[in-house]
Amino acid sequence: MTEWFNSLADTFYRCFIEDSRWKWMLEGLGNTMIITVFALMIGIILGIIVAAVRSTYDMNGAAMKKKGGPAYIFLRIGNFICNLFLTVIRGTPVVVQLMIMYFIILINVTNGVLVAIIAFGINSGAYVAEIFRSGIMSIDEGQIEAGRSLGFNYIQTMIFIIIPQAVKVVLPTLFNELIVLIKETSVAGYVGVMDLTKAGDKIRGRTFEAFMPLFAVAAVYLVIVIILTRILRIIEKRLRKSERR
Amino acid sequence: MNDALIQVRDLKKYYDNGRIKALDGVDIDIRKGEVVVIIGPSGCGKSTFLKSLNLLEMPTEGKIIFEGVDINDSSVNVNIHRQKMGMVFQHFNLFPHKTVLGNITLAPTKLKGISKEKGRERAMELLRMVHLEDKADAYPAQLSGGQKQRIAIARALAMDPDVMLFDEPTSALDPEMVGEVLDIMKELARGGMTMIVVTHEMGFAKEVGSRVIFFDGGQIREENTPQEFFAHPKDPRLQDFLSKVLI
Repeated sequence: MTEWFNSLADTFYRCFIEDSRWKWMLEGLGNTMIITVFALMIGIILGIIVAAVRSTYDMNGAAMKKKGGPAYIFLRIGNFICNLFLTVIRGTPVVVQLMIMYFIILINVTNGVLVAIIAFGINSGAYVAEIFRSGIMSIDEGQIEAGRSLGFNYIQTMIFIIIPQAVKVVLPTLFNELIVLIKETSVAGYVGVMDLTKAGDKIRGRTFEAFMPLFAVAAVYLVIVIILTRILRIIEKRLRKSERR
Repeated sequence: MNDALIQVRDLKKYYDNGRIKALDGVDIDIRKGEVVVIIGPSGCGKSTFLKSLNLLEMPTEGKIIFEGVDINDSSVNVNIHRQKMGMVFQHFNLFPHKTVLGNITLAPTKLKGISKEKGRERAMELLRMVHLEDKADAYPAQLSGGQKQRIAIARALAMDPDVMLFDEPTSALDPEMVGEVLDIMKELARGGMTMIVVTHEMGFAKEVGSRVIFFDGGQIREENTPQEFFAHPKDPRLQDFLSKVLI
């Protein structure tokens, strides 16, 4: 028994203490968080734009078609581009997108973390766009009618009436996207980024110990996700309370 | 005879490339101060007609001349004209994320540039009119159906409209709440507001209507004073309709 414990302690020492390898884990965790947070920011901005174009086309296209003019043509082209974007991004694996970004499109950018932020940001933008759009579409059509009947134009109706309600609807789903994204960034190692997963893998390569570093990596992800899920539950509870009001 | 506030000319609304004719050539003049009550079987086009008047439904063709401007012309900015046409909906459509006061002041402050204090003052005045001044800080979810609809009326009135459109304002209410909403509407009519009301409340039509209109198949079938309309209906379909509804 003591022998087993001793060998375990020895493995632990070689994996994390020797050569300060725990610092790799820390650096990896840092990169994972940086990539996730900034990618989500890009995703939200991109998502708002795509969702705005798509839902405007869905809800307002018919009326604008009747009026005609360049605004309608722009909207149609915009809607086509957005649809193409959604199809391509959601139809291909994120790791392939990441490699295309790193080895082809942004070949001159050597900062892997930056490339990962951009690649994951664009990928997440496609999913966030659909989250926002479904949120906007979930608001009762009568709300738009009420806003328009008072004299608000379409954009004012969106800003003052629809979006404040839609944000409440999508907040839990958006938060869930954050949880998904954290785990998705684990493929960042494909383009040489030292993220949490890559750090664990590097330790495995150096020490020829697979068990301890990989389980440590898994445990860190798990703890983060559990904490975020807890926060998500609190948010959901608060939102439900305000509905009951 | 040009004191008409709204002139509707040959208004048509087709769906499915003309296979469904929700409105099939409607002509009507609505004068200032009139209370026009529209009745008819469900699916007859009366709600479509009402929503066409402020272009919430886009008519296929026809003219809607409101205060001298054809608002169905594609060069006209309908948003400005909508400010002068208040609308009350069957399902109230209050803004759930805003308080009662927020619901009423949103449009006047954002669209007319009225100051917060002035808007609040006017809102309280309107709340007194609908007997709900104690609900100013409540949220719509805390109100009963009848209260919601009275707030919705106040919200529409806050823009000082020249005409009020009512789309079955009492159809979604529990029976005991119908009266309180109709009372407000009667008060409004007595105050000289021009009103176009789609409803199933025959009592309201008789009591305050200046004209009653029977819609069927997307057309006006009969149009008369309430006395004549209910006492001597001419159109056979109207006779049939009236025989089926309780008056």
